[in-house]
Amino acid sequence: MPAALSLDFAPWRLSGTVVGALLNHRAALAALGDAVHAAPYKAPPKAPVLYVKPRNTQVGQGARVVVPAGVPELEVGAALGLVIGQSACRVREDEALARVAGLVIVADLSVPHESFYRPSVRLKARDGFCPIGPRVWPLSTVKDVDALCVRVAVDGRTVHETSTGERVRGAAKLLADVSAFMTLAPGDVLLTGVAAGAPRVAAGHAVSVAIEGLGTLAFELVPEEAA
Amino acid sequence: MRSARVAFDGAIHDAVPHADGLQLSDGRVLAEDAVVWLPPLAEVGTIIALGLNYADHVKELSKELTQTSKDEPLVFLKTPGSLIGHRAHTRRPVDASFMHYECELAVVIGRRARRVKAADALAHVQGYTVCNDYAIRDYLENWYRPNLRVKNRDGATVLGPWLVSADEVPDPQKLSLRTTVNGRVVQQGTTANMIHSVAALIEYLSEFMTLEPGDIILTGTPEGTVNCNAGDEVVCEIEGIGRLVNTLVADTPPAV
Repeated sequence: MPAALSLDFAPWRLSGTVVGALLNHRAALAALGDAVHAAPYKAPPKAPVLYVKPRNTQVGQGARVVVPAGVPELEVGAALGLVIGQSACRVREDEALARVAGLVIVADLSVPHESFYRPSVRLKARDGFCPIGPRVWPLSTVKDVDALCVRVAVDGRTVHETSTGERVRGAAKLLADVSAFMTLAPGDVLLTGVAAGAPRVAAGHAVSVAIEGLGTLAFELVPEEAA
Repeated sequence: MRSARVAFDGAIHDAVPHADGLQLSDGRVLAEDAVVWLPPLAEVGTIIALGLNYADHVKELSKELTQTSKDEPLVFLKTPGSLIGHRAHTRRPVDASFMHYECELAVVIGRRARRVKAADALAHVQGYTVCNDYAIRDYLENWYRPNLRVKNRDGATVLGPWLVSADEVPDPQKLSLRTTVNGRVVQQGTTANMIHSVAALIEYLSEFMTLEPGDIILTGTPEGTVNCNAGDEVVCEIEGIGRLVNTLVADTPPAV
């Protein structure tokens, strides 16, 4: 059902639903400072701050992602994707990870924007703005989903190095809190958040996102006219 | 043509309208209340929803808000798990003080649309159905509004009963909408008052996101949103499209 992904094999067939949590990295939330208390936000987030990457955004390893004309740079949000294996509805934190079948690297691409209030979907939901891959790995591949090294490289040079840790909600807590009101079905992907200081990239760049134990997701950015 | 999907006798069936209710593909005629109605599409793709797309509703929500056809549409995305069929029950959290319906014209894409102009946009529509896209205001936060906890809850997006093919709807901007709660009219409007028309929305969206068959655009709701309580029967009707019934039930989360 989703876009052409080379990940379409049992039991980790993706459904096409990708939901991400924003500001789930403590430093990313802290970077907003006192602004979280001011208009338009008026209070720090209580529930997870969630967004959807629709199926038109989803592309696989080696994708050529079009940078829209007039947009000098894109932001690369390197994220860990939890691939749901068993339906997760109102799960407790201590049972949440048992609903996860696998893990995958996801690059959440955005046209950079300052506001978290009501950003236009035009900035996050453009065709090709969600490379996923290179494959789904069984959850047992890693020891601790909340302590994996994440590295973004541009043209072979590392530009951002962080980890899947230091989260407001760790993977299990996030899945529990999301499943309190929306069921995640087999094949759905939940992103555990992008770290502060996400790097910017431009057309012509070859980008790779590596997560410890999960390989490297690589894609290229191409200018609109060359698409 | 009108089509529905229903569960009956241990299987899922396609159905069409019949004077006595509905008729399954195998010929059986059944009363409306003899089947379980499912959302009328088997394969739902991306669900795109509009906030503030009726001038009257904008005025109702806030005096300071302005939204005109010159402004960018306020779009948010939902996931298919939120969908539920005609005549079903939607769970209303016991701690919520303000949960309201939103009667909306739902547009189902039938042909891939990429960079389509408004003049050609309606040729990409497979058909139309009725949506009641509930919101729970208590959970509104000012982060990525409207946040999913308000608008993307299990079973809180009611869709159906029929998918009405586009050839039966020559002008989607000339349809009256009406919502009743326990028989009392609470919301009335017309799709003529949409700020961004169906065709304009398809042009706007398809400029940056390719629309595929099975994608659904929920085009927003007119004024008249009031709180509903457990036990209330909420009926959303759109002229020529259908009459969508839903009942709210109280929901207490299981003890942890």
